[in-house]
Amino acid sequence: MDALTWTGSLGTVLNPLLWVSVALLLLAVAGQVLASLLPAPQMRPRPDGTLVATTGLRGLADTAGRFALLALLAVLLAYIVAGALMPYGSAGIVGAVARRFAPVWISLALVFALSIHFRRRLGLFGRLFDSTIGMIGFGLVLFWVFTALYFTAFGWIATHDPLSQLSGMKNVLPGEPVAMAPEGAWPHYLLGGDNLARDVFSRMVAGSAIVVLIAPLATLFAFMVGITLGLPAAYFGGRLDQILSFLANLVLAFPVILLFYLLVTPEIVQTGIPSFMAMVLFVFPILFLAVLLDSRYRTDRRKRWPILAVTLAVTGWLYLSLVSQPGTPVNFLHPDVDLFNIPGGILIVFVSVVFVNSPTVFRIGRGLALDLATRDYVAAAQTRGERPWYIMLWEMLPNARGPLIVDFCLRIGYTTILLGTLGFFGLGLPPESPDWGTTINDGRRFLSIYPHAAIVPALALLSLVLGLNLLADGLREESLKD
Amino acid sequence: MLRFIAGRILTMLLTALCLTFVVFFLTNLGPNLEKVAKSEIGVRISDAEVESWLARNGYAQPVLVRYGEWLGVLPGWTGEAADGTPTGRCVAQDQSLEEADRFCGILQGDWGYSTVFRAPVSEIIARSLALTGKLMFWVMAVMVPGALLLGVLAGMREGSRLDRSLSTFAITTTATPEYVSGVVFIAVFASTAVGLRWFNGSATSAMEDITFVNFTLPVMTIALYGMGYIARMTRASMAEVMTAQYIRTARLKGVRFRDIVLRHALRNALIAPFTVIMLQFPWLLNGVVIVETLFNYKGFGWTLVQAAGNNDIELLLGVSVVSVFVVLVTQLISDIGYVYLNPRIRIS
Repeated sequence: MDALTWTGSLGTVLNPLLWVSVALLLLAVAGQVLASLLPAPQMRPRPDGTLVATTGLRGLADTAGRFALLALLAVLLAYIVAGALMPYGSAGIVGAVARRFAPVWISLALVFALSIHFRRRLGLFGRLFDSTIGMIGFGLVLFWVFTALYFTAFGWIATHDPLSQLSGMKNVLPGEPVAMAPEGAWPHYLLGGDNLARDVFSRMVAGSAIVVLIAPLATLFAFMVGITLGLPAAYFGGRLDQILSFLANLVLAFPVILLFYLLVTPEIVQTGIPSFMAMVLFVFPILFLAVLLDSRYRTDRRKRWPILAVTLAVTGWLYLSLVSQPGTPVNFLHPDVDLFNIPGGILIVFVSVVFVNSPTVFRIGRGLALDLATRDYVAAAQTRGERPWYIMLWEMLPNARGPLIVDFCLRIGYTTILLGTLGFFGLGLPPESPDWGTTINDGRRFLSIYPHAAIVPALALLSLVLGLNLLADGLREESLKD
Repeated sequence: MLRFIAGRILTMLLTALCLTFVVFFLTNLGPNLEKVAKSEIGVRISDAEVESWLARNGYAQPVLVRYGEWLGVLPGWTGEAADGTPTGRCVAQDQSLEEADRFCGILQGDWGYSTVFRAPVSEIIARSLALTGKLMFWVMAVMVPGALLLGVLAGMREGSRLDRSLSTFAITTTATPEYVSGVVFIAVFASTAVGLRWFNGSATSAMEDITFVNFTLPVMTIALYGMGYIARMTRASMAEVMTAQYIRTARLKGVRFRDIVLRHALRNALIAPFTVIMLQFPWLLNGVVIVETLFNYKGFGWTLVQAAGNNDIELLLGVSVVSVFVVLVTQLISDIGYVYLNPRIRIS
């Protein structure tokens, strides 16, 4: 087997086209920026009394920018399509990688086609497809979601086992053929090998599964904690608000890294403090759900108790299984009753990330609720005799959804950064874990000689966080149009 | 105003007290102390020996008492060593009990002794803070003007092409944590394999002599991440000011656009960024830790990692006190500054 070049025979045609379109796009953007500094085009009256405006330089730059962007997208699409269709190896690394991601491309195309077709019926989500920035962000996020999904569910996309080390592949460059390949193994390390001779590409794919699973879940938990505490703090005010705000400020004044170093060391884990924190923090989602449903069905005698009982039973069991971990001080459930156990370190990382995020969410929720509490519909509900929790959860919360959804997207990105930070300092997750932070940490020691092992996960993390931020920006823009 | 400031300072002191206690509690948990005992007298000792060593060295007292001693509000413990000589928290070697001070905590300026660096904690912290101070100075010098310029240019014509391009740039930088941009910068600008070799990938030499070559990458890495956030806040604030009535009046009067931006809008638009810049300090501290680790610059962040990684309790406590103090003081400045700068807020 020969080593793969970056683009193979594809490159002779497409590489020049790519550079030309990138250069055109950069020129057009620069032109747009310069044109926007010039005064707006003048209106000229015509003999019949109507006005006519020339588009001028600004219009020209806009058109050029649009075509350059389309050209660039077309070239990128050509790389992917041609790479997936051409025989293995002839389209180089780009082609082989594009082919491995084929299920993701197909799913992306399906989701985008369906969403754009039905966008007028999809509310805020549908309007996302009116903004280019939002669409790009959504595409990036969805790319990683599908990658993680197909890797965890079917083991697709990755070419090797993310943990196995193949001899002779230490620090090899991208596209290197596997020496003495075992039977049936993929013939190349597509993006090179790391300093323990593991496949960088497969580790990146496997890392996405960890990040895409933990980051949104941790953010969701942080939101439930923050909202369950923030709404009453704003609504009732007084002493409760003072105490909760003081506590939130206390956590916020802690430098995050110091907190991680204090919480996620093996000695602290041994004392069980993270497990106890998990016990406290994970109560809030149950409280949130129970209060949410109870305040809704309080007046409906027949439904109230069954709904509450089922909710508490299901979430309570999940809670107990989540909290009880063999090998930690909190271990009380019999293995037969324990539904699942979370593998080494992930629970602790999860807890510390939730803990760091909740005070910020508390502040945001409190701020929104302070504003909403003065609205007329709240006064109307109070006059009607509704209970405080009904007003908070069913009158105020739905009206705060716009800013909360936007912040949720941003915060998933921030959580991803925090997870990466933990991995970068080798905290919490096991050292062989393929998550992006840990891989960057592994790769940075040989960064100036073999940069690929750290660059690949770094760019993956960047693209996911950038996607989330762009998505949040698009959502914000579209929700402001209401 | 005075009452407001006094109230703020009181809250700050209370917060500082709570935070330092949390740090003290977490660093002085049983397993940590056991590790200290083992590193002092040997790994293969029995539990009973650990217990007696802890008791002899004052670790067996209740946490609150030891916190008081460390703080310097309770008298330091005294006892006898195995050979009968008097020992104590404040008793140095070859010193009798009468000669020693009764109190020796951080309030008295006694920050303890680092077990990793074999030097007094105050000395190490002073040295590393000086190094980090240099780094922060250059970061601020790059970040603040850059961010304000970006934000004002983007916010003065909301929705224009310039605004869109600059906002996208700002979003990209906020999405790039320091460990990503640092890695990319090193690979592109400092790598011996593929890169341009314009700059150094390590800032160790910058500790003696700062040059453009060895300090650009660390400074840019930190500045870039904070820049986007401040720029977005400035943009939002500027865009809001530009829709105000008095701006419209100025335009209708026929004031030039440049004068409107520079004379009328800018001053009011800079109130919000001021608080944001001050509140950036906790995040900058994060960036400092990452960048100093990545570029091997032995400043404050690097010291934090070393102290935490090696279970150096007193050094870690000292580092925590300083970082908590920095965060709280900047919060205080931002609160007071906001009230002082904003003519619409009056506290009677």
